[in-house]
Amino acid sequence: MVTKIPDPATQETLPLPATSAGTGWSHALRGALLLMLICGGLYPAVTATLGGMLFPHQSTGSLVSINGKVIGSELVGQPFSAPGYFHGRPSAAGYDPFSVSGSNWAPSNPDLRQRAAADAARIAEANNIAANTIPVDLIAASGSGIDPHITPEAARLQIDRVARTRNLPRNQVAGIVNEHVEPPVLSILGQPHVNVLKLNLALDTINQ
Amino acid sequence: MNEVLLIYATALLLAWPLGRYLAETFSPTSGMVDRIFTPVEGVIYRILGVQPESPMNWKQYGKAILKLHVIIALVALIILMQQGRLPLNPDDIGGMSWDLALHTVASFITNTNQQHYSGQAQLSYFGHMFAIVSMQVITPAAGLAALVAILRTAFLLRKEPELTADGSISVGNFYADLVRSITRLMLPLAFITALLLAWQGVPNTFEGAQTANTLDSTVELTEQRIPVGPVAPMVAIKQIGTNGGGWYGPNSSVPLENPTPVSNYIQTVSIVLIPMALVFMAGYLTGQRRLAISIFGVMLTMSVVLAGINIWSENQPNAAFGGLTADGPNLEGKEVRFGATATALWGSFTTQTSNGSVNGMHDSFNPLGGGTELMDMFINATFGGVGVGLVNFLLFLLLAVFLGSLMVGRSPELLGRALEAKEIKLVSIALLIQPLLILGLTALTVAIPGLAANSNPGFHGLSQVLYEYTSAFANNGSGFEGLGDDTVWWNVSCAVALILGRFIPILAPLAAAAHLAGKRVAPTTSGTLNIATPTFALLTLGVIVMFALLSFFPVLVLGPVAEYLTLAG
Repeated sequence: MVTKIPDPATQETLPLPATSAGTGWSHALRGALLLMLICGGLYPAVTATLGGMLFPHQSTGSLVSINGKVIGSELVGQPFSAPGYFHGRPSAAGYDPFSVSGSNWAPSNPDLRQRAAADAARIAEANNIAANTIPVDLIAASGSGIDPHITPEAARLQIDRVARTRNLPRNQVAGIVNEHVEPPVLSILGQPHVNVLKLNLALDTINQ
Repeated sequence: MNEVLLIYATALLLAWPLGRYLAETFSPTSGMVDRIFTPVEGVIYRILGVQPESPMNWKQYGKAILKLHVIIALVALIILMQQGRLPLNPDDIGGMSWDLALHTVASFITNTNQQHYSGQAQLSYFGHMFAIVSMQVITPAAGLAALVAILRTAFLLRKEPELTADGSISVGNFYADLVRSITRLMLPLAFITALLLAWQGVPNTFEGAQTANTLDSTVELTEQRIPVGPVAPMVAIKQIGTNGGGWYGPNSSVPLENPTPVSNYIQTVSIVLIPMALVFMAGYLTGQRRLAISIFGVMLTMSVVLAGINIWSENQPNAAFGGLTADGPNLEGKEVRFGATATALWGSFTTQTSNGSVNGMHDSFNPLGGGTELMDMFINATFGGVGVGLVNFLLFLLLAVFLGSLMVGRSPELLGRALEAKEIKLVSIALLIQPLLILGLTALTVAIPGLAANSNPGFHGLSQVLYEYTSAFANNGSGFEGLGDDTVWWNVSCAVALILGRFIPILAPLAAAAHLAGKRVAPTTSGTLNIATPTFALLTLGVIVMFALLSFFPVLVLGPVAEYLTLAG
């Protein structure tokens, strides 16, 4: 907005009140209320309503249901400990979506080393492998505390345990894992990942 | 690596036309788009009682900014403390304490979005929308307005300066600049971004939390309450407006806020899009295109170098996991679907632009990665916050003109106008208050027992405190989030840093610009210092880096560098 140099002639015929530029408190009050209504009311209300209409499944949290019962969300990891399920990553929030959080421990924090050592020992024993072969993501807590994914390597190292517990052929479980690997989008964006909840649901379907 | 290149390329290719569009937006005649927006804006001006063509001098412009912000802050404060009694609260969330509400308002009214609360558990939908989202739209628009005022006053060369009715130098009309920023940039761009994110899975509902009975019955937690809400419109404006304050506590690391690698790509580009576009806008708007390209080059150099170090650092293993895992990058606090590289790039962009959103926990970054992010925020002019980032850069530019001219024995001038004591004083105030406040508050907090509430021992504990004040003053908003920062001390001391860090770097340059515009333009001769050259760009880069290092090198050594050396040794 570039303003013109005020022309003395028009100044005389159209005397503007001193506050018309918008320097007064009343302008600020009206401006604040109107802009808050537009930006904080109209914009989110219209956008969320339209977004909800266009993408109904996503709009309420990408929920997953079995027989009409909601068992979780594709976008929210769940805690798994039974040996017949694939396990996800450590969580500083105990997978509670209302208290999402990372550990926020620095690499120099002795607590982090302690937690990692305990997890590594447990995972090594449960899967019968050496600790220094565990993929990092199974030892490192996620940022959100509800990361629904693990790496394909982290899934593969659990295949033997899951297959044994469920009395399924190893090949069949390995096949299901492979089906659930989501590669980088356009081979560029993101890392290969496996959704643990979807993977475990697929296994439950077979066992039924 | 390809992901990094793709994101830089996308941002660049979108920023150029957007910058051109914005230059038209803030020119007297903007052609086609006028037909759509002018009637809407006319209604707004009428309700406000404002004549958008009426010029303001810098003091009036500054007062109009401050008055509007004071009233919005008061309304937001009331909303946050009373949200328990207000509608749109399906999860029965109560009001905030006075100090938390004060900090939250100071944080959002300054475009910082530092959060000492967790949105999903401590804000109602009403609080999210009317308090938070409205400030997330209005504050970057105000920053952009200030930039446009400074550019048109000091960098757009006219035969005669524009004058107000009382004969002082005009910097434009604040409400005209503000309303145009909102109607023609913030809301349309946020709307498109929000729908793209909704498609990728970000929730959009006014229903309350969803309940799920989880699959494995052998674990303790068998029921999950999943917080949802009108999340997408907030996440969109949080990303494009260099806001950064998310719906969920851990921000865009949460899959509901950033569900897929595609949403991560959109959000990462969104962080830098407007800040990059504004450099192009400055070139088109003022006609100083070569200067704009030179500025862009300096910014891009700083961005690539610091992001490069960060990405390298995060692809190194986490020292705490030595011998416990297979080889791999530092994934503590990071999400599998993004990986270390995309998380580090986001971490760099978000600290360079004063956005402050995160898609992984910076507290758990390797020491040098976290160190580059501190450096990004010390500089705070690598693209920077919407509007204010380029203003910060222009301050360094004036300093470089001053130093460069003295070095070659000329009297310092900017585009033919003499730089004198008054302008340099204003520049110095705006620049020097940063180390003074950050280092002073950090020293005070670690010196008095019981104040720091840091969650990590040793050198990193100091980094946590330093990061919090640096982030507050830079109006960034990210944090080393392990800090127990919802205390009266943290809430109040950060509020001070937030407000000074916002308004001094807007008002001082605005004053300097108005003083400059009142001076006679000397004709260009062979003796004139040309500031649109690679040599001068290099000098500016040197000034920026030296200024940051002279101010902060000692504390960087005590924090991230010492932590790095301890872990490496």
